[in-house]
Amino acid sequence: MFDFKIVTDWIDQTLRSYLPDFGVLVIELILVGIALLAAYAVFAIILIWFERKICAWFQCRLGPNRVGGRWGLLQTVADTIKILVKELIPINHIDKFLFYLAPFIVILGSMLSFGALPFGKGLHAIDFNIGVFYFIAVSSLGVLGVLLAGWSSNNKFSMIGAMRSGAQMVSYELSIGLSLLTMVIFAGTMQVSQLVNQQADMWFIFKGHIPAFIAFVIYLIAGHAETSRGPFDLPEAESELTAGYHTEYSGIQFGFYYLAEYLNMFIIAAIATTIFLGGWQPFHIPGWDGFNQVMDYIPTPLWFIGKTFFCIFLSLWVRWTFPRLRIDQLLRLEWKYLLPLNLLNILLMALVVISGWHF
Amino acid sequence: MNSALLVAVILTAIIMVAGALAIAALIAPSSFNLQKGEPYECGIPTRGTSWMQFKVGYYLFAILFLMFDVEAVFLFPWAVIVKDLGIIGLVNVLFFVFILILGLAYAWRKGALEWK
Repeated sequence: MFDFKIVTDWIDQTLRSYLPDFGVLVIELILVGIALLAAYAVFAIILIWFERKICAWFQCRLGPNRVGGRWGLLQTVADTIKILVKELIPINHIDKFLFYLAPFIVILGSMLSFGALPFGKGLHAIDFNIGVFYFIAVSSLGVLGVLLAGWSSNNKFSMIGAMRSGAQMVSYELSIGLSLLTMVIFAGTMQVSQLVNQQADMWFIFKGHIPAFIAFVIYLIAGHAETSRGPFDLPEAESELTAGYHTEYSGIQFGFYYLAEYLNMFIIAAIATTIFLGGWQPFHIPGWDGFNQVMDYIPTPLWFIGKTFFCIFLSLWVRWTFPRLRIDQLLRLEWKYLLPLNLLNILLMALVVISGWHF
Repeated sequence: MNSALLVAVILTAIIMVAGALAIAALIAPSSFNLQKGEPYECGIPTRGTSWMQFKVGYYLFAILFLMFDVEAVFLFPWAVIVKDLGIIGLVNVLFFVFILILGLAYAWRKGALEWK
């Protein structure tokens, strides 16, 4: 396995030979910022193209196929440029400060989680010892942005959309938190790098067998609802609320919400990958040394992105298959089924860990 | 290093949004029209204000969320050391969770989880 620490250490030493300590720190932080920004934008563009293509195939259409060759590869790049030259329409009687603040908060919430993802061996920016807790904490920032957007727009559709979104996101955040808690019980640590290292021989979803699998399924459902897509897209139900909380936003300001929505989908899938499917660890079967060595030749970022896109594909599959839920069904699913099941699952996992019934 | 990185990521997010807004302000057309600034509702002027009283059901779920979210905060320190505490720790935590489940059962029984 290639360790990207070699590259980062080389950059660090080269800079150190020219600059004092403080200058090195500043330059490195700027480099990390540029790398994150580039990855953020590129993933968003790839994801939007991926979703449009997958959606087209589910509906027996072709999808984007004009701009950028037969596969429409440059379609989203063209759309990005187009959305930048769209007019930002000033709306009457809005709460100006909150209206312009809301996109910052939404992007901030997704960027903070994005910066803490382990993309590969040695490609890991923020690594707190309370990593899992940090993910849960910053992912709730997004709700604030959505609520502010709906409240400040002075539009009844936005208001209803924001309120629905608030109720939905805080409800499903519980399930996300508790299903991640299950895996913290199993691993005995909250640091993301340690979680990934513990999965070197086998991924947690196989190691923790039944409770880990239940937690994985709950996490996928709750994460899907958290990004408010698919059957859970009540906050922006276009046939009822025009566009929900971002109705009044135009041009690139709407683009931020679009960007954050897709990146949140990526982050949810990436956290599922990190905690349950081994992060950047290759697929290993204990005892099959030849097989394991072949798997080690595939670069670690490729493993991470491959597994993440598999989770994203599951999410898209659900989105384009099921009809939209009503809000009472949505809240019933969370509070009467997922939450009690989650608490029972935590008990099961604690019993499994204490009596050592795992691999 | 981690805290410095956190600040760098926050600045990256803010610079990204501010930069994109600045680019859009430079190259996007802009024109003022009072009609264009109307809230996008049904084509007729909005009646009354949108900052109004709202259905209480949403707040009920927010309060319930608060209860269980604080529970999760208290469970995380235990979750890290489950193996060391063993069965005694589990029994103690179960007592704590049992009280909260009583709260959920009460809300369920009272019909707070129904959407009316």
